[in-house]
Order: sequence, then C-alpha cells, then structure tokens
Amino acid sequence: MNEPLPLLTAKGITKRFGGVQALADVGFTIHHGEIYGLIGPNGAGKTSLFNVLTGIYVPDGGHFAFDGEVLLTLKPNDVAARGIARTFQNIRLFANLTALENVMIGRHVRTRAGVWGAISRNARAREEERAIHRRAYELLEYVGVARRANSLAKHLAYGDQRRLEIARALATEPKLLALDEPAAGMNATETAALRALLEDIRRDGTTILLIEHDMKLVMSVCDRVLVLDYGKKIAEGSASEVQTDPKVIAAYLGGDVSLNLKGA
Amino acid sequence: MQSFFDVRSNPRLAWAGLAVIAIVLLVLPWALASVGTAWVRITNIAILYVFLALGLNIVVGFAGLLDLGYIAFYAVGAYVYALLASPHFNLHLPFWIILPLGAALACLFGVLLGAPTLKLRGDYLAIVTLGFGEIIRIFLNNLARPVNITNGPQGIARIDPFHVGDASFAQRETILGLDFTGPIKYYYFFLVVLVVVIIVNIRLQDSRIGRAWEAIREDEVAARAMGINTRNIKLLAFAMGASFGGIAGGMFSAIQGFVSPESFTLVESVMVLSMVVLGGMGNIWGVILGALLLSFVPEILRYTVEPAQMALFGRMLIEPEVIRMLLFGLALVLMMLFRPAGILPSAVRRRELEVPAK
Repeated sequence: MNEPLPLLTAKGITKRFGGVQALADVGFTIHHGEIYGLIGPNGAGKTSLFNVLTGIYVPDGGHFAFDGEVLLTLKPNDVAARGIARTFQNIRLFANLTALENVMIGRHVRTRAGVWGAISRNARAREEERAIHRRAYELLEYVGVARRANSLAKHLAYGDQRRLEIARALATEPKLLALDEPAAGMNATETAALRALLEDIRRDGTTILLIEHDMKLVMSVCDRVLVLDYGKKIAEGSASEVQTDPKVIAAYLGGDVSLNLKGA
Repeated sequence: MQSFFDVRSNPRLAWAGLAVIAIVLLVLPWALASVGTAWVRITNIAILYVFLALGLNIVVGFAGLLDLGYIAFYAVGAYVYALLASPHFNLHLPFWIILPLGAALACLFGVLLGAPTLKLRGDYLAIVTLGFGEIIRIFLNNLARPVNITNGPQGIARIDPFHVGDASFAQRETILGLDFTGPIKYYYFFLVVLVVVIIVNIRLQDSRIGRAWEAIREDEVAARAMGINTRNIKLLAFAMGASFGGIAGGMFSAIQGFVSPESFTLVESVMVLSMVVLGGMGNIWGVILGALLLSFVPEILRYTVEPAQMALFGRMLIEPEVIRMLLFGLALVLMMLFRPAGILPSAVRRRELEVPAK
C-alpha cells in the first residue's frame, strides 16, 4: 500500500527559554484525518510545542513540514493562512464582540475585500459579506452556540466559550485544528458533547491535534498519542500502548518516589 | 443615534430625520452669517476638527492604537498645500490636485510612523507617536536653512484660496440674490467632503477591514492566530487616519491663508484626542459630537464670558481662557464619573467599561 503523505511532520523541534529546555528534539508525524493527542504533566512543553507550531515562538532548532511544505519561521498569521488554526488554553475570544462577530473575524483569512470594497460596497464585496455572515452562522450551529449568536463572547457560559473558540478556528478552514485543553473546566456532560463535536470535525475532514488533561477523553477519542515530559518525547503510540508504558506512568506519578527520612 | 439613521428598519423616520438635518445644515451658514461672519469661519474650523477627530478615531477608536502625534499629518497636509499654492515657491496648483497629493503624502507619513511602532502598544506607542508629532513640527520650524523650504517659524503666508479657473472661493459673490461670502462657499464645500468622510467611516467600520481592526484592538495574539496580518492592518489604520488628517490640513491652509509650525503643537494633538475620547471612542456620531463641542464651546465662552462679567461685576474678574480650562477640568471629572466611555459611546466600548454583574 502506498503510504499517503503525512499532514504534519515535526523534526528535532527544540526551544529554550534561558536555562529552561522547554522542548528538546521533539519529532512526530500526524496523518490526514487523525485525532492526535498530546499529553504530559504540567510544564511538559505541550503549549510551547503549540506556540512553536503556530509561529508564536521561533524554534531554536528543527522544523515542521506541513502538507508537503516546510514551515520555517512563519508568522502566526501565515501559519493560519496555510491551514493550521488553534484555540488557546486560557480562552482568547474577542470578549466584547458578539459570538457571531468572533466567527466572522475567523473568515478574514479566507476573504478578500479591501478598503475599496469596504468603501464602495460593490457587488462583490456585498456578496462576500453575505457569505461571511452565512458561514459564520452555520459554524455557530455546527458547534451548538447558534442560539447565543448575538450575545457577547464574554457573557457566554464557559463551555460555550470553548465551543465558540473552536467555531472561530474552524472559520479559517484549517486542515489541522490544534486545540489546547478544550475540555479544561468542563463537566462530564459538556465533555461528552465535546467528544461528539471532535468526532464530527474529524468525520468532516479536519485533522485534529489535541492537548488535553482529561485522560478519559484522550483515551477514547485519540487515534495516537504523544507524551512529553520535561520537553522530551517519552512515548508515542496508540492510547492503550501509551497508557501502559512504564515511562509514562513514571512521568505522571513521579518516577523514583522515595521517602527521605534522614533529614527529618 | 445609529438606529435613528437606520433606513432599513424605519425608513420614514430615518429619511425624515436626514431631511431635517440636511435642511438645517444648508440654512446654517446664513443664520450664522446674520450673527457675524466670524461664526461661519468658526464653523468651518469646527468641521476641520470633525475631519481630524474622525481620522484619529480610525487609529484610536477602531484599531485601539493610541496616537499622540496625530496633528503631524494635519501639518503635512497643510504644508503641502501651502508650498504648492503660494508665492513661496511661486507655485499655484489648483486645490483638486493638491488635496489628494496632501492626503497621499500624509498617508505615506502615516505608514512611516506606523512601520517602526508596530510592536509597540499602549503607553509605549503613545510616547513614540508623541515624539513623531514633535519631530515633524521641529522639522517645519528648521527647514529654512540651508535651503529655505518651509520658511521656518515665520511660516508661509499669502496662500491661495481654493479656485476653479478664475472663480476664487475667497471672492464675495451674489448668486440668485444670496450673498455668498468666502467662508460660506468653503462651508458648503466642507459639508460635501464631510458627508463623504462620514460615509467612508461608517462603511469602513462595518466591513471585513473594520472587523480586523476590532479584533486587533480586542486581542492581538488571537487576531494573528486567526490569520489577520496585524502588521498590514495596523499600517492601514495609520494610513487611513493620516490621509484624513492630510486633507483637513490642506483645507486649513486654504481658509487661513497662512501656516506656521505654531499651529501644530502637541496641545493640538491632545485636543483632537480629547474630542475622540469625550465624544465616545469608536462611535462615529459620538466623535463628531465631541469635535463640535470642543470647537464651539471655547468660542461661545470667548463671546459670552466677558460681557457677562462686565454686566455682573462691572469688570473682568476671570479671563475667558481660565474659565475654559476650569470647564475642561470640570468636564473631565464629570465624564470620568458619569460617562467613562464618552458622551455617545460605541457599543463595544460601553461593554468594555461596564461593571460585570455579580
């Protein structure tokens, strides 16, 4: 069988902050249509990896190949234009704009009207505006916050804000959707609904990279999982493989936990 | 205010309202002229301030970039006009060439200022733009040697008024029994430009570009992650704002007939910013109201304070200038207490400043 080209390949990604090695030689591949999990204890470097991938940080070493092209020191907006959209661990919506406006802004990168279009409101600009509006509303329906379309983002319930952020990211028509702890702070019902949404997004053709602490969600939804600890890749594989990996267990529970009573 | 002009939801009321406003604006100069031609001039200057405030509103209100040197673009426009239509270089180009040229050059300066400040925000941006405003003024003050370009602090005098062929805006003419003085002609011209500027502003705000500005103002990191090229969109805000300033500057030159660096001090920048903030950052109608208030109130004081004091006390107790500053201070305190987002705040600003429900 001919192996299809992977969607994303990371090679030797390295990032240091002063003396802290945030990422050390991290490499992995994500295939089309996958839900790829990224887990690790707090401070393992998951969000740093996200920030390097989306151009917020410039890596000290290594590179990404996305959809056949090498991403090297691209600006965040160029990364989004290439087809990687993200959400943030601490939700970063445009808080004082409505839910609909938030998603409409997500359409910016796939639309073209400039100053002249805005001022003249010619037929093309008007048609584009209508399309932006329509698509934004569809996406709100898709993630299930359409009934709050005209509410301010900051007035939405926490779970709805997370979903709105996903809708805004989807508005950029990403090939890879990178979600940073989308289930954080959600209750069991909300998490179940989120899981269904992730499955829907995958089924509709978008690959997902998922950082998540909710192990139940990760294990049930992810095809493969990468485990980071202290900026290093310590395991990669299917959910069940990773779960039983002694290194992973050690990283989560503390490797050589020993009581030192001498000094007490 | 905005819903009042909403032609779609309530067409009859909206058109009636617009008609009333149009008639008032058309009759206004004649009413003012009957009080004194000075008032028509004051109105013209007030309209120029509306242009400036609307231009600055794009930068400060829409894109959220605090600019304390905005008057520099006004200066650029004014000097472009002064140099190209005065005996100084003996050039006398017509205004319809110079005004777009002034706008284009101011636009270029907007980009020049914007480019190095792209990574700055808030206080830091304010300081740099303040410096930029001063640099332009000092340049204008000193570009008299070795080659005399700006004539230094003496300024440039005998600037041409607008003229179309042989017809000059400065001449007094009687058309259909109506006495058209220079200021009245300028008034009508400014009014037409004003309508265009307002429409451009409204359309920009409610567009893909306007949303990108809002996104940058709300959260720049998220805006970039959504694929908005924040560099270009910010530069666009600077450029658009600056070109409005440039046009206003050219008009200022023409109606004054004289420009000097004196007219473009930091105080003027602060004044325009005050208009934007007082009226309501981001709300076009609020900004217009702010500009009109801050242009007219000092003039009204000038004409009322002295006679009022003479009548009451028989002599001048407090100078009009002092009263103006007192009222400014009072207005500032009252605004902070009662309308922190401006007299007519934009919906978004109001939300930002609202107290969260506990």
